[in-house]
Amino acid sequence: MAVPLSPPPPDPQFVLRGTQSAVNALHFCGGAEVHGCPLLFSGSQNGLVHIWSLQTRRAVATLDGHRGQSVTWLQMLPQSPQLLSQGRDLRLCLWDLAEGRNAVVDSICLESVGFCRSSVLAVGQARWTLAVPGKGIDEVQILEMPSKTSVCTLKPEADAKPGMPMCLGLWQAESSSRPFLLAGYEDGSIALWDVWERKVCSRISCHEEPVMGFDFDSQKARGVSGSAGKALTVWSLDGQQALQVCSTHQLTNPGISEVTIRPDHKILTTAGWDHRIRVFQWRTMKPLAVLAFHSASVHCVAFATNGLLAAGSKDQRISIWSLYQRM
Amino acid sequence: MDPAQSAVRLTVREAIHTLSSCKDIGLILSTLEFLKRYLGETKNPALPEEQEEFETVHYSAFLRCLVSKLSPVWLELSPDGQLEELWDSFFLKGPADQAFLVLMEAIESTAGPSFCLMKMAQLLANFLSQNRMAAIMEEQCRPQKKPGFPLLQQTLLNKVVGLPDHLGNRLQQDNLTLFFPQNYFRLLGEEVVRALQVIVDALRGGLDCSVSFVSQVLGKICIQGRQKEILDVLVPQLTALTQGSCLWQRVCWRLMEQIPDRAMEAVLTGLVVAAPGPEVLSRLLGNLVLKSKKAQFVMTRKLLFLQYQHTTSTLQSLLGYLAMDSQRRPLLIQALKELLETWGSSSAVRHAPLAQQHYLSAAILVCLAHLGEPELRDSQDELLGSMMAGVKCHLDSSLPTVRRLGMIVAEVLSSRIHREGPPLRFQYEDDKLSRELLALATPCTAGGSTLEAGGSSPAPAATEILEKTVDGEVESANSSVPQVRPQDSDSDLDSDDEFIPYDMSGDKELRSSKAPLYVRDCIEVLTSSEDMERWEAALRALEGLVCKSPEATQEVSVELAKVLLHLEERTCVSGFEGLRQRALVAVTVMDPARVAEYLTSQFYALNYSLRQRMDILDVLTLAAQELSRPGHLKRHAQQVSSGSGGLCLPAQAACQHDHTAGSGWRAVVEERIRSKTRRFSKGFPRRELANGPNEFNSVAGYFFFPLIQHFDRPLVTFDLLGDDQLVLGRLTHTLGALMYLAVNTTVAVSMGKALLEFVWALRFHVDIYVRRGLLSAVSSILLSVPAERLLGDLSEELLEARSWLADVAEKDVDQDCREQAVRALLLLERLKDRLLPISP
Repeated sequence: MAVPLSPPPPDPQFVLRGTQSAVNALHFCGGAEVHGCPLLFSGSQNGLVHIWSLQTRRAVATLDGHRGQSVTWLQMLPQSPQLLSQGRDLRLCLWDLAEGRNAVVDSICLESVGFCRSSVLAVGQARWTLAVPGKGIDEVQILEMPSKTSVCTLKPEADAKPGMPMCLGLWQAESSSRPFLLAGYEDGSIALWDVWERKVCSRISCHEEPVMGFDFDSQKARGVSGSAGKALTVWSLDGQQALQVCSTHQLTNPGISEVTIRPDHKILTTAGWDHRIRVFQWRTMKPLAVLAFHSASVHCVAFATNGLLAAGSKDQRISIWSLYQRM
Repeated sequence: MDPAQSAVRLTVREAIHTLSSCKDIGLILSTLEFLKRYLGETKNPALPEEQEEFETVHYSAFLRCLVSKLSPVWLELSPDGQLEELWDSFFLKGPADQAFLVLMEAIESTAGPSFCLMKMAQLLANFLSQNRMAAIMEEQCRPQKKPGFPLLQQTLLNKVVGLPDHLGNRLQQDNLTLFFPQNYFRLLGEEVVRALQVIVDALRGGLDCSVSFVSQVLGKICIQGRQKEILDVLVPQLTALTQGSCLWQRVCWRLMEQIPDRAMEAVLTGLVVAAPGPEVLSRLLGNLVLKSKKAQFVMTRKLLFLQYQHTTSTLQSLLGYLAMDSQRRPLLIQALKELLETWGSSSAVRHAPLAQQHYLSAAILVCLAHLGEPELRDSQDELLGSMMAGVKCHLDSSLPTVRRLGMIVAEVLSSRIHREGPPLRFQYEDDKLSRELLALATPCTAGGSTLEAGGSSPAPAATEILEKTVDGEVESANSSVPQVRPQDSDSDLDSDDEFIPYDMSGDKELRSSKAPLYVRDCIEVLTSSEDMERWEAALRALEGLVCKSPEATQEVSVELAKVLLHLEERTCVSGFEGLRQRALVAVTVMDPARVAEYLTSQFYALNYSLRQRMDILDVLTLAAQELSRPGHLKRHAQQVSSGSGGLCLPAQAACQHDHTAGSGWRAVVEERIRSKTRRFSKGFPRRELANGPNEFNSVAGYFFFPLIQHFDRPLVTFDLLGDDQLVLGRLTHTLGALMYLAVNTTVAVSMGKALLEFVWALRFHVDIYVRRGLLSAVSSILLSVPAERLLGDLSEELLEARSWLADVAEKDVDQDCREQAVRALLLLERLKDRLLPISP
């Protein structure tokens, strides 16, 4: 038998159109599945959040709460039908979506005008911790929710000048209740903060360009980050809470806006400024596919719990892909 | 008269009488037994003086008598074979030379296949296998007193060496394998060693010996071209024997010195080839080159300058031999000077075959590897002079291999001779040839640098090699690490290996979408834009745009061609030459008549660089090829739709996507049909050949005639028949290609006529590349012009060309030229065959 030729790259399963603006954020509704099909939230440049039914492939609702300013981050709260949305209008809105409602129940004013996405971590029943970019240019603020009390502000030492935080990831080891924060900075470094002690445990410089996105696999204690440069970096966290660079992977074109690992930790995808979605095997970082569907920068990629992949692009389209699904 | 003599004579005469007349077996046997006493080796041998008398005077005569009696009937007299045994023993026990001569004489005089002949051949085989040859040779090496000895020795020599021929002639089909040359000369080699062993022993015992007979045997065998057989046996044995023994070495040197002059070349060539290395050669030959003029000539001139079939290892042992002794080193320097002189002579570069030039270069490099710095410094000026001349004429050559040889040798030479200044550096391909040659130049430290060579020169090179190998090891060690790692992680469970990667060939670098969308915009950007990104994008987009919009291109075709022809690489664009060329070709294809007219006129215009002129030729050829390809327009359309230009405009990307999706769909359906269809016979799937009129037909003239018209009119800056022969070579090749592409066109006949005249004018051009071009042009004429028209309109030219071709096929120095000429001749022959059935 001859070596089987690699199959041609797949086409998207379907494409969602109608945001009429560049798609900046995507989020699959985790728990509340409607008829076995998950809901998809998309946040776009024009400040709208669309809720898509993947069964009818239509938008079922539109949330307008950011006064026409771009929506940069969307996140469902765990175990409650509430959605967090972050916009460039310096507001973080909490939406109640239960039983078809769609109203802002609460909002937080942000003090940073950057593009940094926030991060949320559930710490108990109806209690969660929120990390948002802070007032100072290089600060990260930690809030206790829903009381909105400021827990602390994480400010790097004076001599380290990492620049703005670009992306945040709150994270908690399974064994302990100690929250940690991973933050990617403008100078290309990634720092691990111990939130309780308000100090940097470890900091590595992974990229030469600003870190644009990362994802962390707490099972394997490994993470991967992408930057405005031409490389992906895989790093790991050892028992002493020290970060180490494992490997870097060169890309053909520079610019990664988001990196996401699939919930089953098998594959990861990147959203590229080169209009392409790249898929890698997470364990080996073997490139698996380059999906060239979009005609403008891809801004965000998200995975559903069932493995479905969604990618949102500046070309106003959201493409849905089904790749390497375990049946 | 001595009583012993007369007694022996009487006995022998009686015995001969008895043998010739008597039928009584008892008497015959007793007579023979009695005579055998004279050969010794019996219980009561005869007196020594009687033995000597018998051996010197009567032995041959008696043997002849024995031979004459030989017949089946006579041997049958004693049924138990006793007589036969006795008969044999007379030949095997007595003086070997006489027995051998008698046997050979008898075999030659016996007619046809017969019992006697076979019997004697058997006996001779027996004789050979009992090491009697060694006996002959050692006998000849003893000091001789007998008169007439040289004559006998000569006869013996002829018989010994000519034995396979004689026996082969006589025995024909029944020849024994032992007498085949390939076996016999091996055996003779063994015998020579054995004889030399006896001689060495005798010398140890204080006896006087001469090895000249063995030398003559060796020489004669080598002259007959049997070096390989005998030296394959001799060299290893002598190598082992001379290892620790001075006496053996002396004998060996003597053996070589005694070889007659006329055989010297054959022996030395064989030895140099057979010797495993310079050490062995030095041990076997000693300072032969200093003692014998002939040997010196062979070693320093003939093997270096006149022969070039030897391998580089042969060269290495030859030159290594010269380098191994301080007395011989001047010869090496002399050889290097002469080699360089030849290397630097432009006539040699032009006329010597490639293989010889390669051989010469290798010899120079090996010389350099052996010579130390002080020696080189003594003759620095002379060497430098030859080198400079050589570099020039090598780089002038139109053959890439010659140029490369020049570069490699010059690099090594300059680094060795001219240490003060910066060494020469050339850019050449790092392939097998260059690596081999460069490896030759690294000084061999194994044993070559015994005396002066131990200077500073070999040391750095040696450490360099060492570093390289160390580096290599480190590299391999490094490379083995990543190989291990995935396996490790493989073993840490998980089985998502079945993730088969999709095709990622489309993952190219993204270009900014600043590319112009119209041909006119492209021209504007290329001529005036300061935005380098836009300029590059325009260059990349141009070919696609030209193919997509023929009408728009035709409006500006000549202007565009002019822009492209004068385009210079303003920024570092990867593949600039290719992009420019493809765009030019596309323009030419779209509007062949006008653009070709423009390009051909520019070819002979002033103020162009050679590069541009050659670009013109390339573009014309490629465009003609494109035009003459059947269905080229369709192909173009496809190419554009699949967006192969590496261009990714949004619209095009989408269309590209659709295209691939479409073909994927088709493939799936076809695969399904194939799997569901039963076929009764399976042949090769037939591919439909695209067909259509040759579009080159109408425009071939524009391409061809302007190019061929002006070649003999030199300009101030451009002289095809003078210095710019490289362009002339390209021109001939281009004309040949155009001719070939003009197959099936109406203009082919007149093109062929013009081209034949062109070829005729240039047929004795000195440059090999030009001649190759001419020969390929002739071949393409023969292929393109219809046979009837060839014989009708061009018959005279063809006859002339034919005699020229025959001449080239026989005498040209270049292998390629000869082959091409033969090919053209074969085409001519085929032409004749095709026409013959029609003509009678």
